[in-house]
Amino acid sequence: MKVILPTPLAEYTRHAREVQGEGGTLEQLLADLDRRYPGIRFRVVDEQGAIRPHIKMFVNRVQARRLDVALDPADEVLVVAALSGG
Amino acid sequence: MTAALEVLVGTRKGLFRLVSDEARRDWRVEGPDFLGQVVNHARVDPRDGRSAVAAVRAGHLGPTVYRSEDRGRSWKECARPPAFPPGGEGESVSHVFWLAAGAASQPGRWYAGTSPQGLFVSEDGGDRWESVRGFNEHPDRRKWIGDAQDAPPDGGTLHSINVDPHDARHLYVGCSAGGVFETRDAGATWSPLNRGCAADFLPDPDAEYGHDPHCLRVHPASGDVYQQNHCGIYRLDRAAGKWERIGRNMPADIGDIGFPLVIHPRDPRTLWVFPMDGGTVWPRTSLGGRPAAYRSRDAGATWERQDRGLPREQAWFTVKRQAMCGDTLERPGLYFGTTSGEVWASADEGESWRCIAMHLPHIYSLEAWSAA
Repeated sequence: MKVILPTPLAEYTRHAREVQGEGGTLEQLLADLDRRYPGIRFRVVDEQGAIRPHIKMFVNRVQARRLDVALDPADEVLVVAALSGG
Repeated sequence: MTAALEVLVGTRKGLFRLVSDEARRDWRVEGPDFLGQVVNHARVDPRDGRSAVAAVRAGHLGPTVYRSEDRGRSWKECARPPAFPPGGEGESVSHVFWLAAGAASQPGRWYAGTSPQGLFVSEDGGDRWESVRGFNEHPDRRKWIGDAQDAPPDGGTLHSINVDPHDARHLYVGCSAGGVFETRDAGATWSPLNRGCAADFLPDPDAEYGHDPHCLRVHPASGDVYQQNHCGIYRLDRAAGKWERIGRNMPADIGDIGFPLVIHPRDPRTLWVFPMDGGTVWPRTSLGGRPAAYRSRDAGATWERQDRGLPREQAWFTVKRQAMCGDTLERPGLYFGTTSGEVWASADEGESWRCIAMHLPHIYSLEAWSAA
């Protein structure tokens, strides 16, 4: 499925903003992305499985607040670096 | 210019290198690396003078550690950053705050202190980090460090990781809040080490824990221990297992509140502090807008003001706990960085100072490395 990433993650994907990933859930998708781009998962999800405070994830433009959200290969996942000031 | 001397500058917006030689007259600024990311601490490995580690966190992203094999010219992210085990209290590392090399007899070992207060160890030069369970899962840890209400505004931190030069299994750490703790079995068991240390913000004047050490240093040869605490400057009387408040000997109009503390690399009786205003609402700036270091050459019995070359008025420096360090040249140099992005240096043990960098971002840490 198509995954669109924010610029803070660009160094993991050789600056590709749009990548492909696989998985039946958001958790599985992130595991797949971490295999393709080692280290990327921990930057957006903490060790307890929570999406980090300044990261938002959307599946087909609907915000996903947990990683057990089911995915279909036709879905589009958008990862956004939300507001972080100062 | 032969690059015999380098100072790594960790800032709120990236990592910089100040490069000079033994004369320490001419400096150039290199970098930034990690532009836009918080670099709380970066250090060259004193055991090989080649590898280095850096604690990095972007505003949006989770915390990680980068490693270098060419003293910071290029960096690679570690394979497994410090992280609490899943479950437990459900804690997650907010940022890596402090990095310390293991003993000379333990090449490749690094320690990391985090926010919230956690201790992690790597045996492979900082590539893969493990939780030090003896501390992080200690049954009294929550009691020691309290909760968010007990923590400083930017979150509680574990810092000041020091290895006893006589015993690699003997470690000291500082927790803000929590106090000083030590282990004598390489991290398996821990004890508070706060007797004699004030905690003016606690009702019990003899509290066993809950203190706020700002910076604890152990002399690399003698093993003497000093700390700059939220409530004064102390030297550890090892035989008595008790802290002695040597800050009582500071001038009364200056007091003994500050963040950093530096020990002379070869003389354990010589140390420096950088006092700040801890009155009323705790401005944490130089007292009266007149910054100065204070040096003791007799283990804190007497102190002398060192402000030659520093601004004489309207200079409201804040120097954080990791933002003052020394080099190891024959006549040691001293360095401090301010939250307003200036680095000041002394090539004569603090007797005179000059600004060697300005306009940098908010400075969190300085670490000097010299080939000598």
